[in-house]
Amino acid sequence: MEHLFEQLQQNFSQIVGYIYPNEIELHWGILIVVYPYITGLVAGAFILASLERVFDVKEVLPTYRLALLTALAFLIVAPLPLLAHLGHPERSFEIMITPHLESAMAMFGFVYLWYLLVVLILEIWFEYRGDMVLWSRSGKGLKKYFYYLLTLGSLDTSEKALWFDQKAVKFITIIGIPSAFILHGYVGFLFGSIKANPWWSSVLMPIVFLFSAIVSGISLMILVYGITALFRSKQIDMVCIDKLASFLFYTLIIDVSLEVLDFIHRVYESVESIHIMEQMISQKLFISLVVVQLLIGTLLPLTFLAFTKLLRFPDELKRLIYFVTAILVQIGIFSTRWNVVIGGQLFSKSLRGLTHYKMELLGIEGLLISIGLLIMPLVILAILIKILPPWQDRTAAVS
Amino acid sequence: MEKRQDGIDRRKFIKDLALAGTVIFIMGPEVKGAEIGEGEKSETHLYGMGIQVDKCIGCGRCVYACKEENNVPREPFFFRTWVERYIITVDQEVLVDSPEGGINGFPEAAKEYSILRSFFLPKLCNHCGNAPCVQVCPVGATFTSDEGIVLIDDEYCIGCRYCIQACPYGARFLHPEKKIAEKCTFCYHRLGRGLAPACVEICPTGARIFGELRLRSSPLTRFMRFNEIQVLKPDLNTQPKVFYAHLDGEVR
Repeated sequence: MEHLFEQLQQNFSQIVGYIYPNEIELHWGILIVVYPYITGLVAGAFILASLERVFDVKEVLPTYRLALLTALAFLIVAPLPLLAHLGHPERSFEIMITPHLESAMAMFGFVYLWYLLVVLILEIWFEYRGDMVLWSRSGKGLKKYFYYLLTLGSLDTSEKALWFDQKAVKFITIIGIPSAFILHGYVGFLFGSIKANPWWSSVLMPIVFLFSAIVSGISLMILVYGITALFRSKQIDMVCIDKLASFLFYTLIIDVSLEVLDFIHRVYESVESIHIMEQMISQKLFISLVVVQLLIGTLLPLTFLAFTKLLRFPDELKRLIYFVTAILVQIGIFSTRWNVVIGGQLFSKSLRGLTHYKMELLGIEGLLISIGLLIMPLVILAILIKILPPWQDRTAAVS
Repeated sequence: MEKRQDGIDRRKFIKDLALAGTVIFIMGPEVKGAEIGEGEKSETHLYGMGIQVDKCIGCGRCVYACKEENNVPREPFFFRTWVERYIITVDQEVLVDSPEGGINGFPEAAKEYSILRSFFLPKLCNHCGNAPCVQVCPVGATFTSDEGIVLIDDEYCIGCRYCIQACPYGARFLHPEKKIAEKCTFCYHRLGRGLAPACVEICPTGARIFGELRLRSSPLTRFMRFNEIQVLKPDLNTQPKVFYAHLDGEVR
């Protein structure tokens, strides 16, 4: 507690103008930045997977299963930053048992479980069932029984059964797309519906969150696909990665258009809060908003992608550009989350002053835990890949 | 005969007076209770607070009394009520401060400013009729009581702090030890005993008026009848139950 008081005392000296006395403590820190970042990756990766299955974009087939596993790996971690942030994590189950139905946050448990159990796990199970039966038959010892267990005893590999699996996958994906929209649109709504906060309160918030989610998911898959190909010493499928880059380009254009629309709308309406927002952007968010989010995370990637479309580059250079672009986009999306979550708390609701956020290094809400939470899905993904090899380049993708 | 009559009358008068005095003595606290509510919980009570802005002298006793009464952490980052000072200069510059929530009063205003007008303003939870904090609480730990008072269930709050984000008035904080959201309760524990909130009782100038909103005879209703009333941030449709008389347009 003494540590908290010391920290608040430090924040106190950083205040500009007037803030309400209870506003010195900034309540949602880096963990709450990590949370929408992770759910965005889940929704984005899933929507990419659905491109292949529902919209028949065959070029991205090599990333289909990988995207499903990536979505699952990140979804498993998604509630952890929230849990770590709660004052009473031991009471968190109350959200499920006695939800307050008027609360947007109370829906989290249901949206999460729906997405985890009904959409992702079910889709992955149907997608892999045939393979799991084969692995169970060909496997020895523990492996045999492990996959047998995973098939849940459903061992039929007749053409009809496999056809049914594929139908089921398609059906779940169709349900999954709106579910993915809900999963991340809902996170946007959590912020967008807070009328007390003019930085958050915007009807565009869920839509902006959604498109930034798709952008982050696609760029993550470029990275995951590229890195796994490197580890497996496989040639990267240029048709596939070109297509991913195209989708990244288009969704990034939509994303940036929405954000620019939001910005212009605010400036043009010029309501009372505009003065403090202006002050906040120039004094507190200049680096993270203007430099990182806008220049490094959006305009630079757009320029790079436009170049690859306009000019002919050798494959090797193109791959490098895609890779760098994807990293920049990830940095940009993370700072987008940062600017929403932290930005929304840096100004006083009295609209007369700015407060300060000092990120801790250690501690449950510190930087190290957050980095851990960002690495954890990658470890889970590596394990999932080991259990359920997603490689489909054996037939279609080597072209 | 007349004298005798007089004597009887006088005696009767004194007797009646003593009786009335006894009744008033016995009923006294009850009468005081009736001003804010009869004590027993009932659906007929609906409480609110009035604040006569021009009566506040910024002494900060209310902030002190609140912290004492409700065990609010003494550090200057946690307040159930606080007092702000507004200074509007001749150049229309608005300066607001609330050093340590105003608990120790206010230092003299800087001499370099040419002050046009200045005033103190007590703030607290507005016990909104359409409370954003109640709406967003994922487990329903924040709720509105039958008396219209927004309360928090200590043993139910999960400490997610969504309510703190949703409150437009900055009236909530996270208790540093209990790790749950906290805010003004209108001293709910006192109301049941017919007592007014601590801040109301201690205010030396009577700037805070507490009482029933539905009764025509309550001091609050009287205050609202004879003053022009405003609430904070009416555009947000939170329907506050803290009513300000002579509220300046600069107040946020």
